[in-house]
Amino acid sequence: MSTTAIPTNTKWWNGGRSPFNISYGKVMMWYFLMSDAFTFGAFLISYGTIRFSVNHWADPNEVFNAFPFAGHANLPLAFVSLMTFILIFSSVTMVLAVHEGHKMNRKGVEKYMVLTIIGGIAFLACQAWEWTHMITGDHKVLVNGEIERWGTTVTRNPWGPHIMHNGEMVSTPGPIAFGGYFFGITGFHGFHVFSGVIINVVMLIKTRLKHFDQRGHYEMIEKAGLYWHFVDLVWVFVFLCFYLV
Amino acid sequence: MSSNVSSPEITHAPEHASGTGRIWKTFWVLSALTVVELALGYFLYWKHGQLSYGLTLSTKLLIAALTLAKAYYIVSIFMHLGDEIRNMIMTIIVPLMLFVWFIAAFLWDGNAWKNLRNTDGHSRPDKSKTEQHHIPAVEKDAKK
Repeated sequence: MSTTAIPTNTKWWNGGRSPFNISYGKVMMWYFLMSDAFTFGAFLISYGTIRFSVNHWADPNEVFNAFPFAGHANLPLAFVSLMTFILIFSSVTMVLAVHEGHKMNRKGVEKYMVLTIIGGIAFLACQAWEWTHMITGDHKVLVNGEIERWGTTVTRNPWGPHIMHNGEMVSTPGPIAFGGYFFGITGFHGFHVFSGVIINVVMLIKTRLKHFDQRGHYEMIEKAGLYWHFVDLVWVFVFLCFYLV
Repeated sequence: MSSNVSSPEITHAPEHASGTGRIWKTFWVLSALTVVELALGYFLYWKHGQLSYGLTLSTKLLIAALTLAKAYYIVSIFMHLGDEIRNMIMTIIVPLMLFVWFIAAFLWDGNAWKNLRNTDGHSRPDKSKTEQHHIPAVEKDAKK
């Protein structure tokens, strides 16, 4: 991308201009996102600390191996890959909306905002399915000498170490923190996706009402885009910490 | 190409690229990195229990490095931080450097807790690698 040449002796801090050459709203959106990054970072590091402090942790390939309409087929990583690609693709449509905004092309912005919103809703639907599947699951667990069938919740973790029981390998209850961290962190991220969808819907309505054409620029689309890309960025790390390693 | 200045204090509006080639290129880079991550994830799955501790750890660190590469592309190109002036980039990147200490210190601490528990505060040898650990079940009344 070519940038208009900035004179080398520009006095950025003498007043009368933004020292960062960026509008107040965008600077503040960046600083909000930085603080949000610390919030997510603190959650994920707390999860890592607890995971490092116990001898056994749930194996993600065992926990996340289901796919809608695939029955009991063992498909580790498959569904979460789909969710990852949905989010990457909705990031692309968002950046294309910003691009159309730079060209003051209202129809283009509308088209790509609609696609971005669809991507966000698709991601949320996937997450709803995954949560339901985990909470309502019935996994054999040996509890106090008896076999019980458990789902994964914030109080129950059926993904502990396997032991031999009556000639059959069954799992025992695992560290209780697993459900709390999984539902807490993916839930907090899902809430960000949800609010991102709401923000994008508001931006779509404002675009249709020609508010940005009257204003003369589409900078609000850029700010909504920053938030949306941040949501994708967080997912990249959630994907790493919960599903890949 | 209209370069619309959105605010009077912005003196040099960046001229935005007219094509979308860079966006699609980034999309393919992100997709390729994700596919490599998944391939490494499947490698860990298929070789589960057969790999040495060191090789497992290196594979996981490699996946983490690829994740950081994805983060770089998202922030630099999709969020256009790479197009901002240097001072702006630094106000975002420098505070995030705290994470380097934050991650190292807390994961180290978690590991130290594990060692203390496995050895009752270094008063007995660590047998967690050889012994099957039975984690106590939840309390009877907390089960429902």
